[in-house]
Formats: sequence, structure tokens, C-alpha cells
Amino acid sequence: MTDQGIGARVLRKEDKRFITGKGKYTDDIVQPNQAYAAFVRSPHAHANVKSIDASAAEAMDGVEAVLNGHQLTGDAIGNIICGWGITSKDGSPMNMGAWSALATEKVRYVGDAVAVVIADSKAQAQAAAEAVMVEYEVLPATSNVRDSMKEGAPQIHENAPGNQIFDWEIGNKDETDAALASAHHTTTMDITNNRLSPNPMEPRSAVATFDESEDHYTLYTTSQNPHVARLVLSAFYNVAPEHKLRVIAPDVGGGFGAKIYIYPEEIVCLWASMKTNRSVKWTSTRSEAFLTDAHGRDHVSTATMGFDADNNIVGFKINTKANLGAYMSLFSSSVPTYLYATLLSGQYNIANVYCDVQTYYTNTVPVDAYRGAGRPEASYLVERMMETAARELGVDPGELRRQNFVREFPHQTPVIMAYDSGDFAGNLDQAKAAADVAGFAARKEEAAKRGKLRGMGYSNYIEACGIAPSAAVGSLGAGVGLWESAEVRVNPVGTIEILTGSHSHGQGHETTFAQLVSERFDLPTENIQIVHGDTDKVQFGMGTYGSRSGAVGMSAISKALDKVEAKVKKIAAHVLEAAEDDIVIEGGEVKVKGTDKAMGWHEVGLSAYTAHNLPEGMEPGLKEGAFYDPTNFTFPAGCYICEVEVDPQTGVTEIVQFTASDDFGTIINPMIVEGQVHGGIAQGIGQAMLEHAVYDDDGQLLSGSYMDYCMPRADDVPNYTVSHHSTTCPGNPLGMKGCGEAGAIGSPPAVINAITDAIGNNNLSMPATPSRVWAALQQVSAAQAAE
Amino acid sequence: MTKVSMTVNGKARSVEVPDNTLLVDYIRENLRLTGTHVGCDTSQCGACVVHVDGQAVKSCTMLAAAAEGAEVTTIEGVAASKDDLHPMQVAFKENHGLQCGFCTPGMIMAATDMVSRYKAAGKTLDEPAIREELEGNICRCTGYHNIVKAIADGASKMA
Repeated sequence: MTDQGIGARVLRKEDKRFITGKGKYTDDIVQPNQAYAAFVRSPHAHANVKSIDASAAEAMDGVEAVLNGHQLTGDAIGNIICGWGITSKDGSPMNMGAWSALATEKVRYVGDAVAVVIADSKAQAQAAAEAVMVEYEVLPATSNVRDSMKEGAPQIHENAPGNQIFDWEIGNKDETDAALASAHHTTTMDITNNRLSPNPMEPRSAVATFDESEDHYTLYTTSQNPHVARLVLSAFYNVAPEHKLRVIAPDVGGGFGAKIYIYPEEIVCLWASMKTNRSVKWTSTRSEAFLTDAHGRDHVSTATMGFDADNNIVGFKINTKANLGAYMSLFSSSVPTYLYATLLSGQYNIANVYCDVQTYYTNTVPVDAYRGAGRPEASYLVERMMETAARELGVDPGELRRQNFVREFPHQTPVIMAYDSGDFAGNLDQAKAAADVAGFAARKEEAAKRGKLRGMGYSNYIEACGIAPSAAVGSLGAGVGLWESAEVRVNPVGTIEILTGSHSHGQGHETTFAQLVSERFDLPTENIQIVHGDTDKVQFGMGTYGSRSGAVGMSAISKALDKVEAKVKKIAAHVLEAAEDDIVIEGGEVKVKGTDKAMGWHEVGLSAYTAHNLPEGMEPGLKEGAFYDPTNFTFPAGCYICEVEVDPQTGVTEIVQFTASDDFGTIINPMIVEGQVHGGIAQGIGQAMLEHAVYDDDGQLLSGSYMDYCMPRADDVPNYTVSHHSTTCPGNPLGMKGCGEAGAIGSPPAVINAITDAIGNNNLSMPATPSRVWAALQQVSAAQAAE
Repeated sequence: MTKVSMTVNGKARSVEVPDNTLLVDYIRENLRLTGTHVGCDTSQCGACVVHVDGQAVKSCTMLAAAAEGAEVTTIEGVAASKDDLHPMQVAFKENHGLQCGFCTPGMIMAATDMVSRYKAAGKTLDEPAIREELEGNICRCTGYHNIVKAIADGASKMA
């Protein structure tokens, strides 16, 4: 057997080009006759566009064209849409406001583009964009849900009265109310999930080329799902029909959700390429990224959890108000609904859960999925509630959780999800042992001698990945199916190409997908090439998000490998004159079990293509494809324990220990999985302690650069102790659950639970900056002084 | 327009560029060495770090003209030869110190610089020092755990 199969810590194949500076990202692409786009963006959060005077800009050196929204809509380019329809409680559809890639009559957030300059150089385009004179009639703006829902608030879209997009519910209201009314103890909290800016390190970029001779478009872009981009650009935005549009997502420098969506800039670059007959490149500056990349989170919730006299949870009721920004981004509606409220049962056996969610427009950049997408919001809510309830009930927070764990599978929650597997107590025990919870009291005492407040917090998260069964999501409003496709091509020399609809933007698919093939055919990974990110090469695919590439993408590959394996065995059985059942594939050979009869793996490939001696009726060639549609979501889960020390003089908090025990099902490459967890935890710590996308009341973004938006640096985060305690997922052929988002989902509540434990004040919101922690400590001092 | 000449990765280069051309644009756009990246516009992310006369510099913060006559090394020139890898490059691979790869060239250039500086000053580059030194390099993927390990490993490989 090769040592490169499932479970091996294989070093990454893709690293060579990245460590030598040979990665090929979109901004590295240069096309012949390339021009550059610069966007004219609104400086106002809400304004009517009275006029656009481009005459000065058009006269500037190197300017090819200045194009506006009226020209765009005049060419029948369609509005940007949200692809997941949500129905309100009263049966009415969601109120989707019109979103033109270039605003025509009205701008609705700072950064909303009204025109684009196409020029010979980047500098010329930028200079000319500044010379475009736009006359605005400034309107009152709102930047948060609290203001948007007020009587008399500025009306952002005509078709959304009171700025409400939908008012949706899940679970059973009456039974939950009754359970809470008869509860022995209830815990109630107001919980805010802070707004974040995703910040993949590679800014978004697009290079569009219209080829007049072929009437064909090519778009290089920073996408997590190039086929979805092509579909939407074609079917909804009317840029070009699918067969006349090639979308390539080459190396992509991180996504985290922000690169799922099709943004105005890609649409405009394609259209402008046709208008000017030149290739058009646009690369976002970081400032533009803060203004225009879809943000994440931004929920305000009130929750009540009820317990019986034995501390069993009897009911959980939640109201959430979510800010979706100025327009509905591609999957925005699904985030505070089906990706969020369906996880509000947490790891717990709760008979009654009810959640209603109201979403609102505000004059801010659209909000959509960001690493975890709805599940971090759910996990934060549930796990803050559990820790708080344990404090109120005077019981150990780990034991309160343990007592309420779901223990039998499958488990149907009251909020759609049917958990298929897990060992939540096993993860709790593993994390407790690794974190030396037993020794915490002594560590706390020792810290106190140094003048530090030490605290510990738990988080037992569960999430839903492997999205998703197509019929199920279709019934819930999704406009697409969420299967994945794969093609396995065995070449005549025996090397293999795997074409996948998944897309890697840091996840290491070129390595892990090759490991899957290596495991199956006992071949070295260097003989296996993963092909992705190009709609001309890969037939179709739904892309990478929601930790779906393993559970769904690799399952599709596995299914295609089944077909290849069957054909290989048929060919070998025929050539070697043996029964198919006696054929085994190992050590680079295809053998007859128990004999010395064998042919080389490459000889089977050659036989398939020479077709000189194939079984009767068999088609030549060795290439198989498969589409895999999942049967259920998968449910990664785990236990995170965070330990902090707070300096009471300054409020500065240090994470001194962070322990994770995850259940991801089958793990292909532990090294890569651990890396995913590290990165996820760092993003979660960022949310918990550092990051906050802040708009002022007028809709101006205050956190618009790395000067103001605090990205985690190396000295803000600890080393992480990560471990696995896994149960096999019964829902897919590989038993995989997904690992990409767990860290970001599980860590924020562990951090805040630890800090609030340390300071003795539960009144603390994310991000727990030193000033907020210090203020919370002063509340404690003031309360003590008053006693 | 100004003719700007410098030695980049051991090769003499001379290009006529607008006066306000940044060193990073000279490297990326004019020389087509695209391993040096741009991740921000406030000189904080460090994706653009190169060496100018042996010192780590954020090439988005320096005019190309200011590097006139300088010896510049980018990620493409950090290894001893085309077929070789620098020990720090090897360490990043072996310690899984990268995921999307976008910040990686800047990380490696910053790392080799910090190793040299600490060595010259006779100081120990321990974990807290590495973390503090990485203040000017942002990674969104790795959570830094493996980058810190990689730099410590690379430092020992360079010794």
C-alpha cells in the first residue's frame, strides 16, 4: 500500500508554487490589450442620483470609456438576485429590492457604484474615476436594525415597507411557550452577534475578455464556485449565455464565504469588455474590499431557555433580528434562517424550540455567509445560554451540558435537522482531559497571586455541513441543487486526472483529493492531478462553501472511482482470463488474487485506449463521471475549552490555553484538518476579541482599513491544542462530516464564557476589547462598592 | 517618466516608469514577478515584503525610484538556484505553514529577514519573538500556529 492514502499526513502538492511565488492568482493574469476598470462609488449611504457628468473624465489621458447604470440596464443586464426564497409567517414572499450592478436612480450604501471608468492603466482609471462628477440628493440613512425598524425610518426599497425583508419562524410556538411557562428555572439573555468583514487576504479581482470573433466571453475571477458564477451571470444577469461564457477561478487567496457571490464588479467587467472590445481588469483595493465585500453576522437576539427541577432543558425560544444590508446578496436570506435556526437545538435534547427571525434592509453593504454562516450565530447563542444557565443554577457548566446531550441517533430536533451520529460526551471528556480541567482551580489561584483573573469557558458546538440534499433545500426555498459532480480520467499511460466541481482556495484539495484516489488504486499522489476552477474543463459543479468539499465533492469522486474500478476489473479479468471478483488492485498492479497473474496499472489504461482486446461490447476509454446528491446534512460537532487571563488594571485579556476536540467523521489528512481548525479558531477569536465592522448612524463605515478593523495578528492568538474524537458519518460513502468552519463556529462562545468567568460579569459583548472588559470590571467594582 | 534601474534577484533591470510607480508595481507589473502580492493599502498586511539591500521592506510603501541602484530580492529569488528551495521555504511546506498561499511570499521574506537580524544581534528568536515580529504580516487562513512553527524550524535550518 502507498503511505499516501486516507489518514496520512501527506505534505501538500500545491505548496511548491505558493512558496516559490509561482501561484497564479487573478490579478497575476494579464490579457493582450488589457484595460483597467475603476469604479465611481457613492460616498453617501443613501442618496438619489441626480446626475452624472463624465465629460471631464472622458477627456483624460488613456480613458477608453465611462459607463453608467442607465447604459447597463439599457443593454438588458439583469438585476443581482438572492437565490434562496424565504416565505414569511403570513405566507408572503420575501421583499427583494432591485439591485443593479451600477446604481441608476438611487444609491443605498457607501461604496454602491454608479459608474465605471475603463482606461489604459490602473492609475489613469483611478484618476478619471475621481473626475466623474456625480450630483447626489442625500437622504437620511439607517445603519442598523434598531433604526431600520423604527416608525418613520428612511425607506430603503419601495417594495419593503418598514424596511422588513421577511418575518419567518421555525419550531412550535405554543408548545414552547407552554414549556417555558411551566419551567422551574428560566434563563433569558439579549445577545448580539457582531458584524464582521471577511477579509480573505487576496482582494477580489476580475479579468474579463470579450472575443468578438467567437462572440464569447472569458472571465478570470476570485470565485469559490465558478460554475455557479457562470450560471447566475448567464441565467439571471443576462451577460452571456452559458455556452458563450467561460469562468476560470485560478488560485484563489482565501474565500471564507466572501467569494461565493457574484458581485457588481464581475458583471460590469464582462459587460464593459463587450462595450469597449478590450479585456477589462479590476482588482479591489483593501479599502474597496471593506466597503463592498459582503459582511457577516450582525444579529441581535433575545432568548429564553427553560429548565425543569432536575436541570433538563424543557424549552428554548429565540427572537432574532438580522441586518441584511442594502441589498439581498446571493444566499443572504438562508443565513439567518435555515443555516441558523435549524441548529438552535445545539447538542441537546430539547423537546420544544421556537425561533422567529425578522430581517431588515439597512444602508450598509450586503450581509451574507461568512465562515460558518448562521451556525456561528446559533452556536454562540446556545452556548452562551448554557454557560449562563449553569452559573444561575449553580452547577458545573460541562455537567449541565452532559446531562442534556443527545445520546441516541438518529435524533430529530424540533427545528428540521435529523442528527445522524455523534458522541458529544466523548468530545467533552477528551477536551476536559486535554485542557486539564481538574487542575483549573490551582491555576486560577496561582494566577491570582500574579494579579491576574483566570477564567475558563466551554463551548459544545454542533453545525450542519455537507450541504445539501437538493430536494430538501429546494423545498426550503433554495434556487439551486446542492449536489456535486466529478469526473475521473485515467490516461493511456495510467496517470489520472480528477475533474471536480469543488474549488480549493486554501483547503488543499490537490492533495486530499489525490489521497482518496491513492487509497483506492494504491497509486502515488504524484500520478494524480486535480483539475478544478474552470468551466471549460469541468462540466459542472456547485463549488466550495459550507464545508461541503469532503462530504459532497469527494463523495462524487468516490462514486466515479467506483465506476472506474469496475471497468478496470472487467478489462483485467478479460485480459488475464479470470473472474472479475478475483481481481485486486494493489502496488501499481491489477492482479488475479492468489496467483502470479497480473498486469501493470498503466497496462490496463493502455488496453482501454488501444481497445485491441476488450470484453465484448465494452466501449473504449477509461473515463467516468458521477453526480452525488447527499442524503442528509452532516453534523460536525465538538467541545472547545478556552482559558484566559485578564489583567484587571487594563482589561487586556490573554488566551492562555485553547483546547479543541472535534468530531469530523473520517479524516483524509490530519495535518490539513488541524490547519483548518487552527484557522477557524483564530477567526473565532478575532470575532470574540478583536473584530467589529462598525458603521456610524449615517452609514459611514468606520472600520474601513486594517488601521481600524482589528485582524488577528500572530501575537493575538495562542497555540491551539486540537484533537479528534470521531464518529463515522453514515450519510456518505466516506463517512466524512466536514472541518472547514468548525473552528469559527465553536470558538467565540468558549472565549466569551471564559472571559465572563474570569471577570465575574456576564454583561459583555463581542468583541471583548480591553476597554469593554475593563468597563465590565468597573461594573463589578461599582456593584461591590454599593453593597 | 523616469528610468529606474536596480538589480532584482541578481539580474540587472532597467525600466522607464511613471515617477509615482511603487516598488511593488515595478516588480509585479513591469518585471512580471507576481509572487509579491498586494493585500492592503495601508502597509499592514505584509503580502508585499521584499528585501532591499538586505532589509525587509513593504514594497507597497516605497517608490520604485527610491530603490534606484538597489539590490532587490523577491520570493522568486530567495532560493540559491532555480531548482533549490530556501530552507525557510522548505520549513513552510513541511510545517503546513500556508493554506491559500497569498500571504506566504511576504511571510517567508519577513521570516528570513527576522532570522538574519536576530542572528546578527546575537538574540534568540523564540516563539514570543516570532509572534511579535509577525506584527506586520497578516494571515487569514492558518491561525499562525503553523507559521510560527515553520519560522522556528526554518531558523534552525538556516543556522
